[in-house]
Amino acid sequence: MSRIDHRFAALRAQDRTGLITFLTAGDPLPAATVAIMHELVAAGADLIELGVPFSDPMADGPVIQHASERALAHGVELATILGWVREFRQRDATTPIVLMGYLNPVEIHGAARFADAAVAAGVDGILLVDCPIEEAATAAPLREAGLQQILLAAPTTGEERLARICAEAAGFLYYVSFAGITGADRIDVGAVRAHVERLRQWAKVPVAVGFGIRDATSAQAIAAFADAVVIGSALVARLAGAASVDEARARAREFVAPVRAALDAGTHARQERHQSN
Amino acid sequence: MPSNPATAPSAVIDYNQFPDSSGRFGAYGGSFVAETLIAPLAELSAAYQRLRRDAAFCAEFEHDLKHYVGRPSPIYHAQRLSRQVGGAQILLKREDLNHTGAHKINNTIGQAMVARAMGKRRVIAETGAGQHGVATATVCARFGLDCVVYMGATDIERQKINVYRMKLLGAQVVPVTAGSRTLKDALNEAMRDWVSNVADTFYIIGTVAGPHPYPQMVRDFNAVVGREARAQMLEQFGRLPDVITACVGGGSNAIGLFHAFLNDAQVRIVGAEAAGEGLATGRHAASLAAGRPGVLHGNRTYVLCDDGGQITETHSVSAGLDYPGVGPEHAFLKDSGRAEYVGVTDAEALAAFHQLARSEGILAALESSHAVAQAIKLAQDLPPDRLVLCNLSGRGDKDVHTIAAREGIAL
Repeated sequence: MSRIDHRFAALRAQDRTGLITFLTAGDPLPAATVAIMHELVAAGADLIELGVPFSDPMADGPVIQHASERALAHGVELATILGWVREFRQRDATTPIVLMGYLNPVEIHGAARFADAAVAAGVDGILLVDCPIEEAATAAPLREAGLQQILLAAPTTGEERLARICAEAAGFLYYVSFAGITGADRIDVGAVRAHVERLRQWAKVPVAVGFGIRDATSAQAIAAFADAVVIGSALVARLAGAASVDEARARAREFVAPVRAALDAGTHARQERHQSN
Repeated sequence: MPSNPATAPSAVIDYNQFPDSSGRFGAYGGSFVAETLIAPLAELSAAYQRLRRDAAFCAEFEHDLKHYVGRPSPIYHAQRLSRQVGGAQILLKREDLNHTGAHKINNTIGQAMVARAMGKRRVIAETGAGQHGVATATVCARFGLDCVVYMGATDIERQKINVYRMKLLGAQVVPVTAGSRTLKDALNEAMRDWVSNVADTFYIIGTVAGPHPYPQMVRDFNAVVGREARAQMLEQFGRLPDVITACVGGGSNAIGLFHAFLNDAQVRIVGAEAAGEGLATGRHAASLAAGRPGVLHGNRTYVLCDDGGQITETHSVSAGLDYPGVGPEHAFLKDSGRAEYVGVTDAEALAAFHQLARSEGILAALESSHAVAQAIKLAQDLPPDRLVLCNLSGRGDKDVHTIAAREGIAL
């Protein structure tokens, strides 16, 4: 069982909603990335998405665009990021790590060569924003090396295609809560709920919801029906400008702790309802 | 004259069969986009595949090309230039004489008609030098569509006149301050707008790049250039050209000219990329001559990037060629050997600009001047009974300030 599958099984056993946190690798300070990852876990993150910076992040809003630009200015590349994952694994053997990014850096690195290095470093999954199932052959070497390819579904995804995506999904399915870019403020909880409930008829893996979740309140609202929530831009924005490793860690902790508390409060409320029934 | 039959010998590859149903030109093309855009692209693809076979749609397109754009554009025999060069005859396909001054309008009319047929009221576009932005703003004015054009902040500064032209035509021009603040960033931003407003918005891409079906659709709308040219060659010269050439940035004017000749195996095809300050300097935009296969802006193609896969900044005196990718069909034609792609430097393009101006009284766009420079090089090595056809894709009025500035002249 992979780390991702293991983590979701444990969450399910405890009736807890998973918290997935995204940070752009190397931002705000390259020296802070591993420290922030540990801090996120300590504050309650269940899975870490590590953003691989790309020069042309077409699906990202300004917050992650600028984080990518800063990371690139610091010379961050795939090899650097795999080094950080290796370092993280020395103290944390269980928290799943998913790399999230765009195809070109992986292609240029060589998909098979990259995948072997990523697995050896302790990476569990990969989410390629610009690699839909039609182009799955491109990502085949990644899956063959043992990385779980995280697939996305969107509000525009039709039923036939949803069924196909669900059949091919591994690890978890990432449901994009609205048609838009990361960091936008357009989430409609009722609509997301309807979509996720529709997805459930096909999904064999846990469903995580991302895009537009920015704080404890929005996370709790989505947690009522999702297996996990993803928080990205809001955390990246909070970390931006931290002047030291300690400041970045403190910001990460302060951001994540209330979200974790809200998710757990939701779990408790659910359990009490079950008991009183 | 050497024999040059109009009917091609049976070609090894039938180039009319591309792209395949998944949008591939051999190993290139495809739909490398976020999941949210898959359904809108499928909807666009279905609409386009229906419309391209619709007799009324095609008739209206042809009508507009004739009465609004002013087609057919002539093939002009540049006799004085040819004599100066002292080799083959140089023939110019005069796309610069089209309404708005370039080939770009062939595509924007076609796509605006698709937008209208799909019931989309809002059009977005990206632009580099502003030519595609102007061509889009023009057709939106004519079709009564809202128009938003994304343009890099650096390009807005460099191309103030085109920015104002777009505003005069009723378009909103949005500056893009991300990344290198040029064409590629404008394309990223237009994609972000599209993914956020897919329900009511049509994205008119200006070149043969982007995800399927854009490389096919933009090619088809520009292919009128080559179809006309092929017929004109037979009519005016009684045979096909020996060589055809065009400048290649994203590659829409080039594929427009090349496509009708792809199955004519005896016609040599040469694309001229922007070699900027020289391929060896790294300051260029020659994706095919100096790049490598990768994925950018929704398709697999040749890109200019570093060893980490980050797209690199490009350089060309011509803003319209200043793009780090290239249409996937060109990538396929390069690998198959059907077309050759070579670099033309800023200096060579400027020299050709001046030579054409003085010998023929034609101010070519700086983009097209790359093709003229290449035509001159090709003609030099051929005897006078050979024919070199060059796509003069746009007029140079827009570049007068750039040229004056380079030559230290204050206007």
